[in-house]
Amino acid sequence: MSTLSEAVAETSVRPARRMPRRRLFSPGLLAALPVLALLAIGFLAPLIAVTAFSFAEPRSFTVFGAPTLENYRTIFSPANTVYLSFVWSLVFAALAVVLLALLCYPVAYGLAHIFGRWANLITLLLVFPLFISENIRLFGWVLFFIKNGVLDGTLKSLFGLELQSILFTPPVIVFGMVYVYLPFMLFPMVLGLSMVPREVVEAAGDLGASRLQTFREVELPLAMPGFIIGGLLTFVLAVGAVAESKVLGGQSVIVITHDIEIAFTYAQNWPLGAALSVLLTAVVGTLVLLVLRYLDLDRILGRR
Amino acid sequence: MAEPILRLSGLTKHFGGFTAVKQIDLDIEEGEFFTIVGPSGSGKSTLVRMLAGLEEPSGGEILLRGERINETPANRRPTCMVFQSLALFPHRTVGQNIEFPLKMRGVARKARRARAMGLLRLLQLPESYYGKSVTQCSGGERQRIALARALAFDPEILFFDEPLSAIDYKLRKTLEKELKDIHKETGKTFMYITHSLEEAMVMSDRIGVMRDGKLVQIGTPEEIYTRPRDKFVSEFMGEVNLLKVKRNGAGLHCPSLDATFTGPASKGFDSGYLVIRPEYLRFLKPGESAENQVEGVLYNEYALGSRIQYQVRVGEQVFLVEKLREQRYHGRLDDRVTIGWEARDSMLAPE
Repeated sequence: MSTLSEAVAETSVRPARRMPRRRLFSPGLLAALPVLALLAIGFLAPLIAVTAFSFAEPRSFTVFGAPTLENYRTIFSPANTVYLSFVWSLVFAALAVVLLALLCYPVAYGLAHIFGRWANLITLLLVFPLFISENIRLFGWVLFFIKNGVLDGTLKSLFGLELQSILFTPPVIVFGMVYVYLPFMLFPMVLGLSMVPREVVEAAGDLGASRLQTFREVELPLAMPGFIIGGLLTFVLAVGAVAESKVLGGQSVIVITHDIEIAFTYAQNWPLGAALSVLLTAVVGTLVLLVLRYLDLDRILGRR
Repeated sequence: MAEPILRLSGLTKHFGGFTAVKQIDLDIEEGEFFTIVGPSGSGKSTLVRMLAGLEEPSGGEILLRGERINETPANRRPTCMVFQSLALFPHRTVGQNIEFPLKMRGVARKARRARAMGLLRLLQLPESYYGKSVTQCSGGERQRIALARALAFDPEILFFDEPLSAIDYKLRKTLEKELKDIHKETGKTFMYITHSLEEAMVMSDRIGVMRDGKLVQIGTPEEIYTRPRDKFVSEFMGEVNLLKVKRNGAGLHCPSLDATFTGPASKGFDSGYLVIRPEYLRFLKPGESAENQVEGVLYNEYALGSRIQYQVRVGEQVFLVEKLREQRYHGRLDDRVTIGWEARDSMLAPE
C-alpha cells in the first residue's frame, strides 16, 4: 500500500519537477553552448583583457594597478602623430572597398547570371590562391614590382622604358589589399546578385525600364545586402591589415595596425597598444553598426 | 474584319537542338481575350515570352498592327506581361509598384499617384494599401497589384503567364471572374497562358490548344469543348470516355467491347476514338432505349458536389457517367446497369 502511494506521489511530482529543467536546457541553448563557450574564451576574454590593459599604467605589464587614462592622453596629445596612422588605415580600406566593388561587380554578375556551368570552375580558380599563405603571395608581388623585377625588367627589355619602381608606395599597398581581399568582396556580391529573381528584372524591362533604370531601381537595391556584406567584410579586414603595408609598402607608410604591433613588440608598451586597439575597435565597430542598422540580416539568410 | 492587333506567322523558337515553338500562325483580334492552353513543356510560355520581347524568335514574324517587332526589346514594346511569379518589386510599396511604369516614363509624382489610386479602386484594393509593403500582402492582393501595375503601363496587349497557378482553388475561381470583368471594363486585348482548360473556358473569347510547340486547335470555348479535333484535345478538356473504334460500313466497330455503334456523321474518318462526355451518358431504365447502349456493372460512385460521377465497368472498359444530383441513379453499387447515349452527343477524334 505504501509503495503504491509512493509511486503515485512520485509520478504526480515528476512533471512539476521537470518543467523548469526543460526550460533551462532548451535544445537551442544546448546547441549554441559550444559556440558561446568559444566566443567567451576566444573573443570576449581577449576583448576584456585588452580593454583592461588600455587603462593600465604606461609600460607596465599588469592590469591590477589603479586605472589611468594616461595612454589615451598620449594618443590624443597634439605632439603625437599616431592619428595619421588611423587616417592611412581608413583611407586605404575605403579605397580598397571602392576598387573592389567596381572590380568585382562585372565578375560577380557573370558568375551569378552568365557563366553558367563554367561558374564553378571560375570560383575554384578564384579560391585557389587562398590555399597559399598571404605573406608568400605578397612576397611574390614584391618580386613582380621590385626594381629589375618581373614588371620593370619586362618593360625595360621590350620597350626600353625606365620607370621608377612603384614598390614601397601607397598605391601598391592598396593594390595588395584589393588582391588579397578580392574573394571576400566577390562571393557576397555573387550571393547578393543571385538573390535578385530573374523575372523581377525581366518585369522591370517589360514595364518600360531601360537597362540603366532596371539596374538602379531593381537590381542594385535587391542585391544591396550582398554588396554591403562584402563591403563590410573587406573594410574590416583591410583596416586590420598589416602585411600589405609592411611587405609591399616597405616602411613608407605606417598603418594603425603596424603601430599597435610596434607598441606590443619593440616598444614593449602594452597599455599604449591596447589603447590604440580599443580606439580602432570603437571606430570600426561604430561604422559597422551604422551600416548594419540599414540592413535586414533575415533577408540575406533567406528568411522573410 | 479589321486588321488583327497581333499576327504571328511561322513563329519558331529553337533552344539548341530543341524546338520549343514550331511554325505558329495566329491572328489576335483587337479587344479579344485569347487563351493558350497546353500541358507543361508544350511551349506556351516560350511563345508568350517571345511576344513580350523576353526571348528572340528563331524564325517567323511577330507583327503588331502590321509592324514587325521581332527585334524590338521588351522595354520598347507597347505590351506588358503579368508573370507566373508576379515579379513584384519586393523592396517597394504597393503604390511604388503600380507607379513603376509611369515613373520610368517620367510622369510627374502627382499624376502617378492619381493613376495608382484609380487602379487600386478598379481592382478593389483599399486606398490605404498605397503605402503598404508588397511583402505584407496576401496572395490574392498580390495578384491584383501585379495586374494594376501592368494596367498602369497602359499596354496595347496584356500577356498573362499562368499568374493564377499558385493560388488556391476558391480564390482562383473568384480571380478568374474578376479578370474577365477587368477585361470587359478596360476593353484591352488579353492573351492568357494556362495549363488549365477549365480556367481557359471561364475567361476566354477564343482558345488555342498547344501541344509540342504547335497550335493543335483554335476555336471558341464552345467549339473546343464540343468539337475537339483529336484525342489530345478531347482528353485535355476534362474527363471523357474514349472508345477506340474503326469504321465498319455505316457503323463504328469497337474491338474492346466487340460492339458496333453509330457515331456522328464524319467524312474521311477511318479509325480513332469515339469520344463521349460523362454527362451525355445516361442510365436506361427497363423499357427505355438509346441509339447506342451497353450493359455493365456499377462499380463505384463519386460525389462531386452538385453532380455525382459513376464508374461503370463493361468488361475491361471503364465508363464514367456524370449526373446532376437530382438525376442520380437510384440503386446499389454492383448493380447490373444499362447505359446509353445518342449518336449526336458523341464526337469522333482521329488518333
